[in-house]
Amino acid sequence: MSEYAIAFAPAKSRVRVRERSDEELLDAVASGDDGALAALYDRFGRVAYGLAYRILRDQALAEDAVQEAFLAIWRSAQGYQRERAKPATWILTLVHRRSVDLVRREDRRRAEALDESREPATASVDEEAGIRDRRMAVQEALAQLPEDQRQALELAYYGGLTQSELAERLGVPLGTIKSRMFAGLGRLRELLAEP
Amino acid sequence: MIQPELHDLAAAYALDALDPEERWTYEQHLYSCERCREEVAALRETAAELAYVPEGPAPPPQLRERILREARGTRSVAAAPRRRRWLFPATAVAAVAATFAAVGFAVWGFSAQENAPVEQQVVPLNGAPGNLIVAGDEGTLVVCLDQPPSGKAYEAWVIEGDTPRRAGVFAGGCQSVQLQEPLASGNTVAVTLEDEGGVDSPTTDPLLSANV
Repeated sequence: MSEYAIAFAPAKSRVRVRERSDEELLDAVASGDDGALAALYDRFGRVAYGLAYRILRDQALAEDAVQEAFLAIWRSAQGYQRERAKPATWILTLVHRRSVDLVRREDRRRAEALDESREPATASVDEEAGIRDRRMAVQEALAQLPEDQRQALELAYYGGLTQSELAERLGVPLGTIKSRMFAGLGRLRELLAEP
Repeated sequence: MIQPELHDLAAAYALDALDPEERWTYEQHLYSCERCREEVAALRETAAELAYVPEGPAPPPQLRERILREARGTRSVAAAPRRRRWLFPATAVAAVAATFAAVGFAVWGFSAQENAPVEQQVVPLNGAPGNLIVAGDEGTLVVCLDQPPSGKAYEAWVIEGDTPRRAGVFAGGCQSVQLQEPLASGNTVAVTLEDEGGVDSPTTDPLLSANV
């Protein structure tokens, strides 16, 4: 970059120094602003793809899930109600549901969620620090859960197993699975709320 | 009143750990249970935090382009009139719940709609519990039917005048069935029991019907 360009870079970035909030971006998407959709993708695409890939274990399927989720965002941003969910929750919920529906359709399972295999170590190199911090916080909270609760959450969320499949696989009554999921999510919520 | 077993499903629902029938039933329940909606909202926020854990590979750069290209090619939501507020008399609640279920609109605010509808019409079915949801020229049957006998399946028809057009073959259970034929005002939608692969024109009396 020339000196000239460098000199002007700060002024340029000052113009949009305040990044638009997730809510503002969703509002813009609702009014048909595809630039805002791109901005949301830049913010959440990486996490979305990581999640979809973990569930689907297949790049092409993970791409499909993320694409369909973002197109659903594009088409239904008007229906988003901010008093009911944060944008991040809404977006990641769409991605998760789409991925789970796909993995069930493909019947490509899901058992792998049990074996805690580490993902490629190279992945986190260019990742945002914010995402890394968040991951560590959630991992720490998960580690503090009773083993059976953590296992139920992980098999359901990353494995795409239904509660009935979980009960069958673990050889415990359905009611037990329901309690584990409920208690596990509740405890996770408390742990993540701690300062 | 409130069915205790449904309340147990909040966490499983938040984790997407329900099978389609359970999900369908629970979403209907959510519509009439404010406390459940709040509970689900809280649990879902926590469940979504789990999304940050996997360290997968980075998405391929062309995915971003594909999504944007596809979005630009789709009808922009801005082009459609703003959806009307749903203000329904109590009698319409069941129908509305079915609408939401049909399009996957989770009623507490997680709109998972595949197509933001311009306007939707809910037509109760004759002959079976459920509704026909009409959005523009697209129709979706939301219906619970018994499993058909072996070798048989349900076939949907869009009937214009005396001419039935094949609109899809489906199995039993609680589900939403997107009709594969466009609807026009004055059409009738009907479902008959037919051979598994479907037939060219109905051979039995309709089990249910709805007029558009």
